[in-house]
Amino acid sequence: MTSGTALTLGPVMFNWPVERWRDFHFAIADEAPVDTVCVGEIVCAKRAPFLAPALPAVVERLVRAGKEVVLASPILVGSAREVADARALAATPDFLVEANDMGMVGLLAGRPHCIGPTVNVYNERSLALLARRGAVRCTLPWELPRASIARLARAETGAQLEVAVFGRMPLAISARCYHARAHGLAKDSCRYVCANDADGMEVQTLDGEPFLAVNGTQTLSFRYLNLVGELAALRAIGVGRFRLSPHALDMVAVARIFRDVLDGALEAGQAQERLRTVAPAAVFADGFFRGRPGADWGAGGADPPGE
Amino acid sequence: MKPLLELVCPAGTLPALRAAIDAGADAVYLGFRDQTNARNFPGLNFSRDELAEGLQYAHGRRRKVFLAVNTYPPAGGFAPWQAAVDDAARLGVDAVILADIGLLQYCAETHPGLRRHLSVQASAANPDAIEFYRREFGVRRVVLPRVLSIGEIAALNGEVAVETEVFAFGGMCVMAEGRCALSGYATGLSPNTHGVCSPASHVRYVARDDALLARLGEFTIDAFRQGEPAGYPTLCKGRFVARGRPSHLFEDPISLNAAAMLPELAAAGVRALKIEGRQRGRAYVQQVTAAFRRAIDLVAAGGRADASALAGIAEGGKTTGGAYTRTWR
Repeated sequence: MTSGTALTLGPVMFNWPVERWRDFHFAIADEAPVDTVCVGEIVCAKRAPFLAPALPAVVERLVRAGKEVVLASPILVGSAREVADARALAATPDFLVEANDMGMVGLLAGRPHCIGPTVNVYNERSLALLARRGAVRCTLPWELPRASIARLARAETGAQLEVAVFGRMPLAISARCYHARAHGLAKDSCRYVCANDADGMEVQTLDGEPFLAVNGTQTLSFRYLNLVGELAALRAIGVGRFRLSPHALDMVAVARIFRDVLDGALEAGQAQERLRTVAPAAVFADGFFRGRPGADWGAGGADPPGE
Repeated sequence: MKPLLELVCPAGTLPALRAAIDAGADAVYLGFRDQTNARNFPGLNFSRDELAEGLQYAHGRRRKVFLAVNTYPPAGGFAPWQAAVDDAARLGVDAVILADIGLLQYCAETHPGLRRHLSVQASAANPDAIEFYRREFGVRRVVLPRVLSIGEIAALNGEVAVETEVFAFGGMCVMAEGRCALSGYATGLSPNTHGVCSPASHVRYVARDDALLARLGEFTIDAFRQGEPAGYPTLCKGRFVARGRPSHLFEDPISLNAAAMLPELAAAGVRALKIEGRQRGRAYVQQVTAAFRRAIDLVAAGGRADASALAGIAEGGKTTGGAYTRTWR
């Protein structure tokens, strides 16, 4: 960690072949200037068994490279099997666990843990309560505006605040699988069609405008959150940790761009250009941060009304 | 003897409250006229005085009133939520329906005698999550998300020490409730932050060729040919294109109707049935409440209702057993 800031790589949310998933993390371990890496299947319990054999090697490589490893828990826990898996994860020694549902928050009571961005933390009381129960870090929900982030940072609850700054924004989770549904399949016999779309399946409006991206039971934004132009503003309001969400891109390059901006080695304008080069097909958005529709893009800079 | 299943009905206005009580509701649920509840729609909900009047009407007939304070207070903006809970205690509502853990804690500490139910907006769908809310905040009843099959509900009831309430009729969220920012992505206003989903203030209809496009913010979320029935355009019920094919990608415009499954829900240990629709009119509330009153009484007498009685007033005119029948899997 340099210059008082830290970069986190969030969990891979998509169904990548296990070899790709493993090699991606090896490259992150060897080359990416990130401080923390979250690993684990958080979207669909049916995918988890495929990653399990590669997990020990990935964790070992990351630890050896000096990365802090955080084990991310599933977003939606329903079936008896999912409940049992969550309890086993909560009992894992040696690593911080990131809770992505309230059941996991309950299971982790009294031991240091992280709160993931899919746990509803909207106000100071909620954050303080979680901190008192052992949360050392909280990645805030994707839809929080700058004013809320600033107030939560001022609350000084003892939990470090982390804010997501890059990647498609998870907007919804369901018990139903929309990848399967779009292929005319049932969830129980899905043939893992979600593996066809490394960054999610594009969903357009009826007039052909790209709108959302379906990732199995999860629905994400089509547009990519990009707050590289807001890093200075976020630091000014007291946020020191920033999260990048993995995509089928050169994520090592993405991490370098954000690291360079945090270190003062790259200006925000140049960073935007480089991100466009690394992710030429991505359409960017920063609306939630500015208190606007999440799909909006203000290119950073302009203050939202009021604050 | 406890009634078999408690019937909990929606009230967006005082006339709807009276209609629900008169038609046989055991309890009504309602919200204050502000962003503290998840149906923050124009012309809907209760002032403090109206709530007092509603309480008098309900309590005079030995029925209950639950107050939904089930959105998420923003940082620096706790006061309206605190006031809602304080006024609920002062006026004597029978329970508050909450979702935010900060508000649950405030309520448990400040008004320990005020019964707390967990809103569906907290999306507690597994025993560990429910146990967390029971242990930390003394929650007595959980409104279950509309994602569980009857078998899963039965298993859950075997593991938790709280009452459960399930949706029996009305519009459905296919996404986990309280964890959805689709509306916010298109409009900046979401259920958690503003108590609205796909708000009318951001809906526009645009005529194009022989179709009417329903636009939400800057996105087209549905299109209707001339003569095609056009329901209210809710984002997740809209039509979108995936793999080159337009469809109701997330959910067909269809309503939940569990009227024919009441014996199974009772056997699964469910304590209460919830009717969705605080935004619907008095006639809807009267009709659905009366039908479910009959259905519950029939089950208590060993019979079973069929689902046909209410098909006509369901959203989109079509109904489903939803997740209860497990066809989603």
